[in-house]
Amino acid sequence: MSTPTLELRNLEVAYTVRGIDREVLRNISLSIEPGEAYGLVGESGCGKSTAAYAAMRYLPRNGKITGGSILFEGRDMVTMSDGEVSQLRNSVISMVYQNPVAALNPTIRVGDQVAEVFELAGKSKSEAKKLTLEALVRVKIADPEKVMRRYAHQLSGGMAQRVVIAMALASNPRLLVMDEPTTGLDATVEAEVLDLVRELRRETGTAVLFISHNLGVIRHMCDRVGVLYAGALVEQGTTADILSNPQHPYTVGLLRCIPRGGLHKNTDRLETIPGSPPPLGMHFDGCVFASRCTLADDRCRTEKPEMITVGESHITRCFHHEQAPTMARNIEGASQGLSIRTKHTNPTGDLLQIDHLSKIFNQDGNKVQVVNDVALHVAAGETLGLVGESGSGKTTIAKMILGLTASESSTTMVLSGKKLARTLNKRDVADVGALQIVFQNPDQALNRRHSVTRIVSRAVERLSGLNHNESDNRAHELLSGMRVDASLHNARPAQLSGGLKQRVAISRAFAGSPNLVVCDEPTSALDVSVQATILNLLVDLQKQDDTSYLFISHDLGVVRYISDRIAVLYLGRVMELGAAETVFNGPHHPYTEALVSSVPAIDGSQRVRIRLEGDVPSPANPPTGCVLNPRCPRMAGSGVEGLCTTVEPELKEVEPGHFMRCHIPLDQLRVTQQK
Amino acid sequence: MKSFLAKRLGLSVLTVGLAAIIVFFMTHVLPGDVARQSLGRQATPEDVAAFNKLYGLDQPILNQLFRWIKELLSGNLGVSMSTSRPVSVTLIPALGYSARLAAVAFVLIVPLSIAGGIIAAMNRGKKVDRAITVGGLSAAVIPEFVWAVVLLLLFGVVFRIFPISAMPDEGAGGFLQSIWHLILPSIALFLVLFGYIARITRAGVIEALDSDYMRTAVLKGYSRRKAVTNHVLRNAMLPTIAVVASQIPYLIGGLVAVEIVFNYRGFGTVLLTAVGGRDYAVLQSGVILTSVVIVVFQLIADVLFAVLNPRIRQRISE
Repeated sequence: MSTPTLELRNLEVAYTVRGIDREVLRNISLSIEPGEAYGLVGESGCGKSTAAYAAMRYLPRNGKITGGSILFEGRDMVTMSDGEVSQLRNSVISMVYQNPVAALNPTIRVGDQVAEVFELAGKSKSEAKKLTLEALVRVKIADPEKVMRRYAHQLSGGMAQRVVIAMALASNPRLLVMDEPTTGLDATVEAEVLDLVRELRRETGTAVLFISHNLGVIRHMCDRVGVLYAGALVEQGTTADILSNPQHPYTVGLLRCIPRGGLHKNTDRLETIPGSPPPLGMHFDGCVFASRCTLADDRCRTEKPEMITVGESHITRCFHHEQAPTMARNIEGASQGLSIRTKHTNPTGDLLQIDHLSKIFNQDGNKVQVVNDVALHVAAGETLGLVGESGSGKTTIAKMILGLTASESSTTMVLSGKKLARTLNKRDVADVGALQIVFQNPDQALNRRHSVTRIVSRAVERLSGLNHNESDNRAHELLSGMRVDASLHNARPAQLSGGLKQRVAISRAFAGSPNLVVCDEPTSALDVSVQATILNLLVDLQKQDDTSYLFISHDLGVVRYISDRIAVLYLGRVMELGAAETVFNGPHHPYTEALVSSVPAIDGSQRVRIRLEGDVPSPANPPTGCVLNPRCPRMAGSGVEGLCTTVEPELKEVEPGHFMRCHIPLDQLRVTQQK
Repeated sequence: MKSFLAKRLGLSVLTVGLAAIIVFFMTHVLPGDVARQSLGRQATPEDVAAFNKLYGLDQPILNQLFRWIKELLSGNLGVSMSTSRPVSVTLIPALGYSARLAAVAFVLIVPLSIAGGIIAAMNRGKKVDRAITVGGLSAAVIPEFVWAVVLLLLFGVVFRIFPISAMPDEGAGGFLQSIWHLILPSIALFLVLFGYIARITRAGVIEALDSDYMRTAVLKGYSRRKAVTNHVLRNAMLPTIAVVASQIPYLIGGLVAVEIVFNYRGFGTVLLTAVGGRDYAVLQSGVILTSVVIVVFQLIADVLFAVLNPRIRQRISE
């Protein structure tokens, strides 16, 4: 057997926090063969990234390796000198990072940053420049000479990640470490970057350590996968095996939390994993997962399980692994008696009706239309999902509905039969309370200096006119209803976990008994198990009070689960609108088709990837005809190309309740999309 | 870039113009009769009238303002009310002396403070860091005139290493000699500014050290030291430049006190004498010149900031 490219042997890493060493990686052993792609999955705080950086022997200032070894092709990096490690990093091990724009120096041209790799390897300046150009060509950057002269902030996320990948591959590394390389990128861009990495890997045979929280991406990219929990490797096997036949309760739970196609809020509650992940560096006598495991018994809590072989190259760290696949489903009961509404209005029919919604920004004297004549309506108790790539106008639409951004004067917005003012300061308290928002990042949305109760009671006081004490009582009621334990009501946001913070943010949004809540990526910053509980909570609230949601998310699985209807946006226009299942099952608009097909499936089913060529055009200069035509995957051969490039299609009702902005007839789409 | 420069230049002119108007009115609304104060109590009403006529003080106030600004624009700083010589004869050489002192102080302060900040940042949390930050801060809380006196007594009188006057004797020594005389006053200014500039530099370097791109540089195979010189310093310098520029007014203010202690015939000494002698002509022109100096340095800092920061450069070029 050949020497593995990378082998972690009983690796232990600790972070020193306030003078105490806290274990972050617990006795991790894994190996990656030449040419193999190994995935590490797990929720935040489980040590994934630490493991990735440990493979480069790079730890934060307070981190240290407390035991074990990191063998690169048999040589122990732990005992190497700094110079030797730098040498390895420059020549045979490279890394690709989560946030590519931040990973590039803002004051140095990106071309020069790629060239540095060659210069470090001893190439001359002119040679390095030539090689840089080749490296950028290799990662399929359009117009590489121009890109070389740009700065990081002038690149889109996808483009910046290509530059970082070019930089990583510049030295022809034998090991590539990728830390969440596509997190934060749009689904279509993610798919392109992943395709690129697969293709480059086929060419070069580089071994890859791939870190991701996204099991679909892992399935798509990796040969084998390891599951991390609380810094310990709890299961490892081939990707197909782990994802279809998991043998550890944590892996099983993780897979069950994900809203998959076919599940819908009306028929299925999402499963969750009880409890929350342990704090950093907690000490365990037994199994690290015991406190949250439905199978745990006394032995699990007192004795550390060893790795057990359960199949060909499939190992798991569980005494009860036979029971794991069939363990009881953990479905929390519906949150009852939330009594959110103080005053019961019983809206019927359309709650919110919006017509001719437009927004024109003035950018350096140019008029840029970011939202173009959008018409939407939301019924009481309904969830309308908004999807589309970044720059499609999702967030601007949400802000205009909330009155945070003034819409153009052509806009009419009617809430429960009453006309809405276009800006927030012209709306009365009832309207403000009726339309609320839950943000993506609760860390930034909650005042750090206020207690949880105060955050919520202020909103109650403002919106319902109750006095101070009554507001506080109401705030406690709301928070308890959202399952924020009473002992935490006086805590500051910083003391809460991400999921709890989001519950506080939801409590705040519901303080004024809203009719419609805009949910702007409410679970994107959360782990899947927490995401499931938040989605369940939102569904419960909706069912009790007929609250409507405008749900924005880039995660199509989540949108599909929670939405009744979905609007697909592109360049500020509604391209397709219809019932969630209709939009997802097709026949879809060609743009929706490309979006849906770009999501890597966890079950490994291979869909044909429908590619969108090129980048999203600038709204300052939209294409003539159909705005999708330069990138449309279905235009060629449709027979209506002439129309597509000259006349912008209307949003037509192609079948009852299903609207599409496309010149290609529905039946023709049905036929081509079935191939 | 051109329109950016034009805009900034326009703003600078506007700033100086506003300063001129404010200074003019401030000196004119001050209580007391200029002529009486200049001529003394024994002056006859005729003397006062003659004085007022000579300096145009009998004109309506707006006329005086316009005339003053017109004269300023044509380079005429007016005539001193106490010596009756043109203001420029007193102010311009003094400005030259002060510029020399400021230049020496600047050359001493900026590189050393920045180096101090970098060293502190690179040794974050260690003894060197604490020595620099705490030491710098402690030195900064003591005003420059106190430092000036202490330094003068210690190194000029007790140890006799440095000359006690910042002004070389008439005709003695060349350029180097005059610089040598300026070292001690510069140190006084240095002690006050070091802590502040070093602290800002330290913060900038730490931010850059903790950045993702620094990590990229190290994982590219750079040694820490090379990664710092190639990737950290340029980004870390941006806030420092802004701070250094913002300290120019302070430096000029500090000069006044230090010049007096070291008996230096600079701008500060002249201005202070003008205040004592109620010589409004000198005072007005002196303050205007000061504001010009401040505005020019702010402009230089802005341009430098833009040149170093591509994000701002791009916004400018659009």
